[in-house]
Parts: sequence; C-alpha cells; structure tokens
Amino acid sequence: MTLVSPAKAGTETASAPPRWRTARRVTGLAVSLGVLLAIAAASIAIGAKPIPLDQVWHGLFHYSGSDTDVVIRDVRLPRTILGLLVGVGLGLAGAVIQALTRNPLADPGLLGLNAGASAAVVSAISFLGVTSLTGYVWFAFLGTAVVSVLVYALGGSRSATPVRLALAGTAVYAALYGYVNAVELLDTAALDKMRFWTVGSLASANMTVLRQVAPFLLVGAVLAVLLGRSLNAVALGDDTARALGSNLNRTRALSMIAVTLLCGAATAACGPIAFVGLIVPHLVRALTGPDMRWILPYAAVLSPVLLLGADVVGRLVTRPAELQVGVVTTFIGGPLFIYLVRRRRMAQL
Amino acid sequence: MNASKRTAKSGTRGVTLRTAGLSLRLDVRGAVVGLLLIAVALVMSVVLIGTGDFPIAPADVVRTLLGNGTVAQDFIVNELRLPRVLVGLLVGAALGMGGAIFQSISRNPLGSPDVIGLGQGAAAGALTAIVLVKGDSNAVATGAVLGGVLTGLAVYALAWRQGVHGYRLVLVGIGTSATFTAVNGYLLTQARHEDAARAVMWLTGSLNGRDWDQVWPLLAVCAVLMPVVLGQAPNLRMLEMGDDSAYALGVRVERTRMVLMGAAVLLVASATAAAGPVAFVALVAPQLARRLTRSPGPNLLPAAWMGAALLVTADWAAQRAFGADQLPVGVLTGMLGGAYLLWLLVTERRAGRI
Repeated sequence: MTLVSPAKAGTETASAPPRWRTARRVTGLAVSLGVLLAIAAASIAIGAKPIPLDQVWHGLFHYSGSDTDVVIRDVRLPRTILGLLVGVGLGLAGAVIQALTRNPLADPGLLGLNAGASAAVVSAISFLGVTSLTGYVWFAFLGTAVVSVLVYALGGSRSATPVRLALAGTAVYAALYGYVNAVELLDTAALDKMRFWTVGSLASANMTVLRQVAPFLLVGAVLAVLLGRSLNAVALGDDTARALGSNLNRTRALSMIAVTLLCGAATAACGPIAFVGLIVPHLVRALTGPDMRWILPYAAVLSPVLLLGADVVGRLVTRPAELQVGVVTTFIGGPLFIYLVRRRRMAQL
Repeated sequence: MNASKRTAKSGTRGVTLRTAGLSLRLDVRGAVVGLLLIAVALVMSVVLIGTGDFPIAPADVVRTLLGNGTVAQDFIVNELRLPRVLVGLLVGAALGMGGAIFQSISRNPLGSPDVIGLGQGAAAGALTAIVLVKGDSNAVATGAVLGGVLTGLAVYALAWRQGVHGYRLVLVGIGTSATFTAVNGYLLTQARHEDAARAVMWLTGSLNGRDWDQVWPLLAVCAVLMPVVLGQAPNLRMLEMGDDSAYALGVRVERTRMVLMGAAVLLVASATAAAGPVAFVALVAPQLARRLTRSPGPNLLPAAWMGAALLVTADWAAQRAFGADQLPVGVLTGMLGGAYLLWLLVTERRAGRI
C-alpha cells in the first residue's frame, strides 16, 4: 500500500521542546492572520478601478455614498467576504477529508463532490429553467450532499480503505460527468451557462448569495474545528482509536456532515474551485506537523490567503478583464503541488 | 514468489506447458476470460454494424463482411460502418492496455492516463487547435498527439528523482492534470459558441464519422507497440514486486519502465487523436479485467479486450438509447464504466473480498 497516514509527516517539529513548539505555532498563526488581513485589503483595493488604501478605510467605516464608496460596499466587499468564507470552507473541508480517509490525495474533487454539484446544477439549468446564480445554490448543495453520502456508503462506510473510497469517488465522478456532458451536448444553451460556472469564479458575488451560503459555511467551520481532537484519533488507525475510547462512527458521520456543509456551500457560491482543498492541508502539515488541532485553524487562515491572492492576481493579469479564480488557483496550485511532491519529505508522506 | 503458491491463493488454476528448455505458465481462467471478451467484442461489433438509420440483420452483416452482400449493403457496411467499428475496437484496446500499463507501473488503481494528465494534456493540444488556430480535424488530431506526448514526457521528467517512483508519478500526474484542466476550462470560456460546442463534443470522445483515414494510423501504432508491450509483460510483472526485487531477478528497472511508459503514452495519445479522450476506459478496463480474471498480474491482454468490448458496447448503447449519432460514445463509457465499477465494489464488499 502506497497511501500512508499523514501522521508520519513533521517528525522534525516533534523534536523541539513542547513550549517552544506552541509559541512558534501561535506566532505562525498570528503572522498568517496578518497576511490574510493584508490580502483582504488588497482584494478591496485592487481591480479594474484601483482604490488607494486610505479611501478603502474611508469607504468601509465612513460610508459617504461617493462612487468609490459604492464600488467598495456593493462590489469589492461582498466579493472579498465571499472569497474569505469560501476559502475557509475549502481549506477545512480538504483537511477533514484527508484526515478522515487517511489519504493525502483526497479532495472534494477526487471524491466526486464537485461532480455531484455540477450534475445538479446542469439539471436545474436544462430541465427546470433555473438561470440565476442564487437559484443554483440549493441545487449545488443538494448534489454535493447526495454524492457525499453515496460515496461514503459505497466506499464501505465502516471499512473504508483509502483506495476503495477513492475508487468509489472516481466511479461516481465518471458516471455523473457522463451525464453532465450528455445534457450539455443535447442542450447547448445549458452548455453556455455551464462552461462559465464550471471554472469557478468570485466575480458574481453579491449580498444575496453571501446571505444564502454564510450560515452553512459558519456552522460547518465550527463543526470542523471542533473535530480536530477526534480526527487525531482517526489518524492512529481504527483499532488504536477504538482502544483509546474514541467513537469512530460518530466522528465519521460528523466529519461527513461538516464536509458536505463546507464544500456544498463553497461550490454553490462560486462553482467548483479545484485544488485549494488539496494543496493547503499539505502546506499546513509541513508547517505544523500532524496535529489536527493546529492543522485546522492554520488551514482556515491560509486557504483564504491562497484564494483571495489568486483572485487578486486574476484581476491584475488581464486587466481590465479578469481570469476566473478557479483557473488561477489551479495555475498556481498545480506547479506548487508538483514542486512539493518533488521534495523528498513530501513524496514520502 | 512461488508460482504454485500464488495460484493456489488467488484461486486460479494454472497449467504449465513445458518443451525442451522452455516452460510457459498458462493461466486457464485468464485465457478463458480473454476468449470470452474477444467473443463479446466481435458479437457487439457485428450488432453495431447492423445498427443505424438503415438496419441490417447480423447474418447479412457477416455475409457482407465476407464479400457476399448486395451492392448497397457492401457500401454501407464496408465504407461507412466498418471503419467506425474498427476505430472503436482499436481505441478501446489501446486505452485498455495503456491504462493497465500505467496502473501497474504506478502500483495504484488510480494511476490511469486520465488521472496522470495525459487525457487533459491531449485535450489541451486539441482545444488549442480548435479554439485558437480554428484548425480542421487533422490539426485537432495532431494537436492531441503532440499534447499527449509532451505531457507524458513532462510528467516523467518531473517525477524523475534518481529513478521514477510510482507514487510520485501519480502525484506529479495529478498536479499536471489539474493544471491542464484549468487551461482547458479557460480555453473553453474564450471560445465562440459554435467552437465551444465542437470542443465539448471532441472532449467527450466520439466515434461519429470515423473512416479508413483514422483506422490505418491507429492500426499501425497498435501493430508495432502491442507486441513490444507484450514482450515486456514478464518484466512488468516482476516490477510489481518492487524495484529492488525486480533488480535482483535480473530486470533492468528504469529501461523497462521507460520503454513501457513510452509505449503506453503513444497508445493513449493515438487513441485520443482518433476518437477524443474517451472517458474512463483506461481506468476501468484494467480494473474490470483484473476482477474477472482474478489474476494479480498486470493483465495486459484481458485489459485490451475488455477496453475494446466496453467501447463497442457503449457505442451501441449510445446509438440505441438516443438515436443514431445523437450522443457521442464518451458519454456512455463514463456512465456504463462508472456504474459497473460501483456495482463491482458493492458486490466485492458483500462477498468480503476487499
């Protein structure tokens, strides 16, 4: 078996004295939060119309109704908040799935969750005539939920080995994408909508979408962070975890609920954004070591950094047009991932 | 590993054929499964040739293929439908064998060309030809072969670190695949409406309108590469035991791996050029073949037969279910293959064979 538990990474940090380690982790988290704030400010300031930072401050806290303030409040702010929330959701979902399946390759895409959302959205567009983004949300959510239950059941819920879970996910993915392609080919109007939804974009963010998905993301995020300790037990293997008194079935069920909430809401809000959920937990594990109680908060802070950063880059490179954030995350994430794999420690994970 | 011990464990019966100085172990179950799959593929081919706007009875199809049909039947069978079916068989066999090689080398059932990014790389080449160059079908095929081969080289080079380790190959492949998926998604958003429809049709994988021009190059590639691959099959089997054991048994590990990967990349890229990246055949055919033969080896030939049977059956099902040439075959391979794999996973779990 080549897929090994992530618990072996980060033996380096384990050698430092415990108090130092905690201090270093807290400092790291604080620095990451600082970076996140800076990126969020940049996300509000940078775009087709650049806005100086002092005016950003003014627009946020002393709203006067000027053109700049309207741009900030109605366009940039919802977009930035959505990017933040979606980033948190994807990062946490990825970390939880990887811990749950003990598979460092698991991500929402590999498990077929995105395909479930795509299949539901394409059905909604083609058969029910839903055309607005706010209408897609519920369908995407439903699709994700159904597929997550299905894959987990087919993967053998209690005896889920990493390979079986991945095979079940790939099989569901293939079957559903066959369906999505069939609908797109028979109904070219649906294809026209889908090809823009599929790449994943924050551009159409508004307060309505934000209000629809925020509660799910927040509940899911709280649930995921609370699961840290139980997921640590999962990493030890089923038998050891049981011997330590951990209720594995409860942990698995709660994790699936958290992943569905996070991933479903994130995909519903801005389309399937690949790779954030896969790569951020890898980066974070290199920083914190295998302790899920630290991986989860770090992932929650660093994922939005990647997502908002990618969104800002997407707005800069083809100005005044934009590259969709899903395209940019993968452009950045793909090569970064390959670089990490080439490093010895990562490959032996 | 002791051969008799292994066969006893996996529940198959092997027969050892011996002549002076040469012995060959014949896996009975594997051979029977292979013959059955060939029979299925041939029967489905005949049925598929008879299917369409102008239905022909299977007996007439066989008679026409043997050269005794009417003029009209002769034209329809030999000029219109036979090349399409041959492309289907060859593409299926090439994808099945290519997939079996990749899964064996990466020692991972997910290590198929789709996952490693060859499909996406070929698609990126073809999409560039469709969207940016607006080329004809020859340009698209060239773009697909170039894209696939370059991606294969890139993945191999990037995964190289004092030799290529299977796990690293899969990881690098996933990164490459994701990157090309982004490229393809971006190219699709940049396309005009009619180009986008054509691109999605190509991306799904289709056998519509294939003629002898597609058959000959593909047949040549298969005729050269498949014997090379089969010649290396015993070495591949030893490679599955790990690099060190294979070395000790006298296998030149890196050379074997390079030859086999090169052959697999070419097989998959030519198949993709002929029919588009038909989803999932390369991933599912070796898995299905392995479960049917219950043999632990790479199952190269059964995987090829399975791929051919799967593709022809899916094409027939697509035509029956949606009408002639309405939907391309790739739609059905994904749905059929995915459903079949799920069914196998469930029954295996129920039977306690995990």
